[in-house]
Parts: sequence; C-alpha cells; structure tokens
Amino acid sequence: MTAEATNYPSTWRRPPQVFTTRTTRYALYGGIVLYLILASLSIDVDWQRVYIGLERGQRFVMGFLQPDFTSRWNEIVRGLTESLTMTLTSTVVGVLISVPIGIGAARNLVPAPVYYVCRSIIAVSRALQEIIIAIFLVAMFGFGPFAGFLTLSFATIGFLAKLLADDIEEIDARQAEAIRSTGASWFQLVNYAVQPQVMPRLIGLSLYRLDINFRESSVIGIVGAGGIGATLNTAIDRYEYDDAGAILLIISGFVLIAEYGSSTIRKYLQ
Amino acid sequence: MLRIEGLTKTYKTGDTALRGVSLEVPTGQILGLIGPSGAGKSTLIRCVNRLVEPSSGSIMLGDIDLAGLNRAELRRQRRRIGMIFQEYALVERLTLMENVLSGRLGYVSFWRSLLRRFPGKDIQRAYQLLDRVGLIDHVDKRADALSGGQRQRVGIARALAQEPELLLVDEPTASLDPKTSRQIMRLLTEICAERDLPAVVNIHDVPLAKQFMQRIVGLRAGEIVFDGPPSDLTESALTTIYGAVDWNTMRKEDEEKQEADAETDRQLAEIA
Ligand SMILES: Nc1ncnc2c1ncn2[C@@H]1O[C@H](COP(=O)(O)OP(=O)(O)OP(=O)(O)O)[C@@H](O)[C@H]1O
Ligand SMILES: [Mg+2]
Repeated sequence: MTAEATNYPSTWRRPPQVFTTRTTRYALYGGIVLYLILASLSIDVDWQRVYIGLERGQRFVMGFLQPDFTSRWNEIVRGLTESLTMTLTSTVVGVLISVPIGIGAARNLVPAPVYYVCRSIIAVSRALQEIIIAIFLVAMFGFGPFAGFLTLSFATIGFLAKLLADDIEEIDARQAEAIRSTGASWFQLVNYAVQPQVMPRLIGLSLYRLDINFRESSVIGIVGAGGIGATLNTAIDRYEYDDAGAILLIISGFVLIAEYGSSTIRKYLQ
Repeated sequence: MLRIEGLTKTYKTGDTALRGVSLEVPTGQILGLIGPSGAGKSTLIRCVNRLVEPSSGSIMLGDIDLAGLNRAELRRQRRRIGMIFQEYALVERLTLMENVLSGRLGYVSFWRSLLRRFPGKDIQRAYQLLDRVGLIDHVDKRADALSGGQRQRVGIARALAQEPELLLVDEPTASLDPKTSRQIMRLLTEICAERDLPAVVNIHDVPLAKQFMQRIVGLRAGEIVFDGPPSDLTESALTTIYGAVDWNTMRKEDEEKQEADAETDRQLAEIA
C-alpha cells in the first residue's frame, strides 16, 4: 500500500518568494553592494578630530571605571528625586487621560466624529518625538521638571491611548452584544463588557510605560527638562566624567530595577 | 405575546435574509425555528431585540412596536427580552454572580452597577437563579473556569435575571455534546413552563426540536415554509424546509458517520 520512502526526493528548497528570476536577484544584490561602496566613499572623515575624540572617549571610559559617587552626591539625589517624581506623576496623569481618549478612539464603541477626533489627538502625540516636545515646553515653561512632567504625560497619551484603542477594537464582540441585549447603557457596556476584557493589558501597558518614562526622563533632562538628565548634562559640560559615570551607573541600576519590577508584576496579572 | 408582521431584512451587502415574515407567538409557547444554514433564523431573532436593524415590518411585544423605537426607548424595551447565545457570550473574566447580575443592568443606575452595589432583591434573585440552574456552589468563580454546559446554564440565569416577557434563544446547544444538549433543552423548557414564558428557539437539530418544542416554524431563504406542531413534521415537510438533497444528506449523515468510523478502523488495522 504505502510507497517506498526512497522513491521521494530527499532535498527540498524553499522557492524564492519575491524576486523569482535569478538575474533580478543578482542585479539587486549587486546594486546594494555598489550603493554601500559609493555611500561610504562619500563620508568625509576628519581623522585628526577622530584622534582627539578617541582620547576624550578614553577619559570618559576611565571615569566610568572610577565613578565618583561622593563629591556631587546631593545633586545626584536631587536629580533622581526629581526624575522619579516626574516619572510617576506623568505616568499617572498620562494614563488617566489616555483611558477616555483610548475608548473614544475605538471604532466599535463610538460614533465616527468622536473616533476621528480621538485618533487625531493620538496621531499628534505620536508624531512628535519626546525631545522635540521637551524643547518646546522648556521654551514655554522654563527649565525644570515641570516641562518634563508635561512632556512625558503628553507622550504617554499617544502610546497608551493608541494601544488601548487597538485592544478595545479587538475584544470579543459577542460578550459586548450579550451585555447590550440586557438593556445596558453605554457606560455599563464599557464597564461590564469592555473593561474586563482589556484591564489586564491596560495595567501591563501602564507599567511598561512607567519604565519607558523613567528612561525618557533622563534623556529629556539633557535639553533642560530637569531631573537626573540635567544633573548628567551638567557633569558632562564640566568634563567631570567620573561624576557622569556615577550618574549613568545609577540610571542603569534604576532601569534594571524598573524592568525587573514591572515584568514581575505583569506576570501576576491575567 | 409577540407579533411579527411583514418583517424584511436586507443587509448592507445586498443579502436579503428575511422576506416579509409574519409570525405570532402566544404567551407560554415554546417555538422552535428550524431551517437550513443561511435561512435567516439568527437574523429573525436578532431583529426582535434589534441587535440587527430590521429593514421594514413591525415587531409588537405586547402593544409596543419594537421596530420603531429610538435608542433610549429601545434600551428600556430590551429589558423585557432575554437572549441566550450559542457560544454562551458570558463575560469571561467576570464572576458568575456578576454575569447573572448583568441581566439587571437595564434596571439599575450606572453608579450602582459600577460599584457592584445591586439592590438586595436583585442579589437574592441572582442566588435563586444560580441555585435553579445548579450552580449555587460556583457563585464566585470566573466564567472562564466553567465547562460548556455550565456556561450555558449561566447564560440562562442571566437572561432570566432580566425577568423577561420573552426569551430569544440562538442555537443553545450547538456547541454542546448530545447528552448536555438534552439537559440544557430540558432545563430551558421547564423554566419556560414554570413562568409561562414564551420563547423562540433557533435549533439545528431536528430530533431535538421535535422532542422539546411545542410548535415548529420552518424557515427557508427568508420565508416561512412550515408552521405546525412537531407531529406534522413529516419527511415531506422536512424536504420542503431543507430541500430534497439537504434533507436526504441530513438523514444519511448518521449512517455515513458510522460507515466512516468503520472505514477508518479498517484502514488503521491495515497500516498496523
Ligand atoms: N452581518 C451580516 N452582513 C451581511 N449579511 C449577513 C449578515 N449576517 C447574515 N447575513 C446573511 O443573511 C442570511 C441569513 O443569515 P442568518 O445568520 O440569519 O442565517 P441562519 O439561518 O441563522 O444560519 P445558520 O443556521 O448558519 O446560523 C445569509 O445569507 C447571510 O449571509
Ligand atoms: Mg444562525
């Protein structure tokens, strides 16, 4: 009944999916190599400057190896406190604003005009990179953590509202239909059919955003939005690489803690 | 009493699912709606509580025309109609109690429902219903921790929590095994009898329909082609509803299944 296995070929190759003829494929590879060669020739390198930079980089690395935690300890603590405050408040405020916007941006829950307005808010928030918003807000509100707080809250909205809205659009429609058929109002529908389906993910995303906001808070500090980033910037400006090294180590430590903490908490959800 | 007159539904895609259906369901009657796939059974019962918007016709529940209600009025009228779904449609991450209490949403304010502070009478009734369907020991379990048959019983309790005047049931047993199906159908018919509650039940399984329904309506391509007691459901009536080919296929399915099983056994024996 069954044929001998040896009658069948013992090799098989996946057929090419996009460029099916050999010539187009080789032409494409050749083109890429040629482009890379031409592009690297067009880069103008000032080797003198690279040499100086290498020396400075070496001092930077040395600073890392001998970090100085003590001489600017008070400033570091102040920067850290500012950063952590900024992170926490902006995440809380961002999440609180994201929830209604996220619901409004879910096609299956709201009429078209509300949907378009909320999606536009999200698009604006996502289009503007944190640093650009920070520069703008520092110009408006002056140096310091308030500008940072606003920046991170705004960025949180784009991130969280979008992911929440996408999640709501993918809920099980039958559960929503069943609640609707009992005569529930729109708010009750959201509370009984939508919230149970998206809550675990909303909490997970909020924790993830908390983590992102801490990292961002040290970056936007460099453009004047306060926090540990500002402290770091000052240290680098003064060529105090041993202080800078200490600050970077502390930031890395906190990022690790945040990373580990949020993933542990997320595991407990569901 | 439910009285449907000249109900027509054409979907946006151009499919006409119902063509002038007229039907009357008196209080206390359990009506089985049978018909081939795509005949419009689901569309018909979904038009009644307006999960699907009817294109034309009237749907009178008592003396209110459900087809012509605005949103707020529709919500109030939906409380009078309990619905039971094929895939149970329980909110998976809520407890049984919350699922049953969700049948009361149309009666309580948003704040009460948000804080899960339902009136004492509603809670008592929810306990009573969960006891009636045999799940009193699982009140605080989440719906996703139940078996299919248990879920459908929660679905029944939720619909009854509405204290409905009409039950709409869309293929309640299609996802269940034969034994559980019979248990669920028995529970459903008992409950309807206890409360003198009329029900429209979509059902795929003809023997099951014959066993449990008081009246059978056959739908084919959006039109009623049979209406009578189960005893009138002869082979020729079934041929009218399902078409000769379909009906013969359905009848032969059982034999074929057995044959196929035997065939598989034989093949397996040969290979081994
Ligand atoms: N949302 C929809 N949009 C467009 N057409 C639809 C929609 N729902 C149903 N239809 C069409 O309406 C007709 C009737 O469908 P319906 O679901 O009412 O049939 P049914 O009798 O319940 O079938 P089944 O036994 O398979 O559940 C079908 O032709 C179907 O393609
Ligand atoms: Mg159907």
